[in-house]
Amino acid sequence: MLSSFIVLFREVLEMAVILTIILAATRGARGRGRWVWIGIAGGVLGSAVVAAFADTISDAMEGVGQEYFNAAILLVAVGMIGWTVVWMKSHGRHIAQKIRRVGEQVVAGELPMAAIATIVALSMWREGAEVVLFMTGILSTSNESIAAIITGAVGGAAAAGAIGTLLYFGLIKLSTKYLFSVTSWLLVLLCCGMSAQAAGYLIAAGALPELISPLWDTGWLLSEQSVMGKILHSMLGYTERPSGMQAVWYLGTLAIILSLLNFTRQRPAATPAAA
Amino acid sequence: MKRLLPLALAAFLPAVAFADDVPTHTLTIKEHRFTPETLEIPADTKVKLIVKNEDATPEEFESHDFNREKIIKGNSQATILVGPLKPGTYKFFGEFNPKTAQGVLTVK
Repeated sequence: MLSSFIVLFREVLEMAVILTIILAATRGARGRGRWVWIGIAGGVLGSAVVAAFADTISDAMEGVGQEYFNAAILLVAVGMIGWTVVWMKSHGRHIAQKIRRVGEQVVAGELPMAAIATIVALSMWREGAEVVLFMTGILSTSNESIAAIITGAVGGAAAAGAIGTLLYFGLIKLSTKYLFSVTSWLLVLLCCGMSAQAAGYLIAAGALPELISPLWDTGWLLSEQSVMGKILHSMLGYTERPSGMQAVWYLGTLAIILSLLNFTRQRPAATPAAA
Repeated sequence: MKRLLPLALAAFLPAVAFADDVPTHTLTIKEHRFTPETLEIPADTKVKLIVKNEDATPEEFESHDFNREKIIKGNSQATILVGPLKPGTYKFFGEFNPKTAQGVLTVK
């Protein structure tokens, strides 16, 4: 029961952090729930497919297909998030104004919801596939009853969901004025974290050298296995022992997004609709 | 999206070409134990570990020391690329059976 609790807790927590940031970033957009659910459904289906083809993927590319696959998914998500952040800046003033306007709501269609749904789907795909693989592992190695294992799993998912909910409400407590920039920053850092993770997979696949490894070891300060460590891992890409190459990718992604944002001009705020 | 994936993977193909000349070692998982439990590999060298899972149940090969983790389904094998590592001892374990599946990589 404990192992299924831990596995679900870990994976759902990663997912919950990503969802929290995305939901906070799109708050005020009517109909966004439907898009997020589409993303979740797509992710769940995708993860079932991935789990079914796990052997084929794994044996591909001389045995490191899994690593390339994970890296590819992460990098597509990085691209989507980066694009969303830049899009949000260029339309930011218009949207922020609308969100603040009493009684007026941004319609989800005005935000790049397809990109956002894709980000959700890709993240769920990754986490979901891991859950399926882990759970089949636990179910076959455990002596416990299926009921006990499922209870642990549901408990783990619920606990992670609770933390995600707390995070969400904590985030939106920040005044709406700052919410936009805070969530934009969180999206940027999420993006950089995923980029560093992709680099990690490419290193494991032998496609990239580690450079210096580890660059530092902060395991004594904050363990990646702790709850806070996991939250920071998902949010910011915190790793106990990052390699030099991962740091390069993290900072490189940050530099690219910041310069893109720098060169993005905000569209002027929409003129108020004539009465 | 479906077409992007093979394209994205294909972009990395040239990087995989090296894999033929890499020294290879085999680890076997049987009854939730590694055989051998200590493996010696040369320092500063890229090494290919082929981990054969002879149990019917899956195992996750993991190491915090050399930063790798991979799930291996029952009655299958997986390839794990390790190194180049500095001399020392690096522990690895099977996350699904940590009490029995423990091993050490000795890098000389």
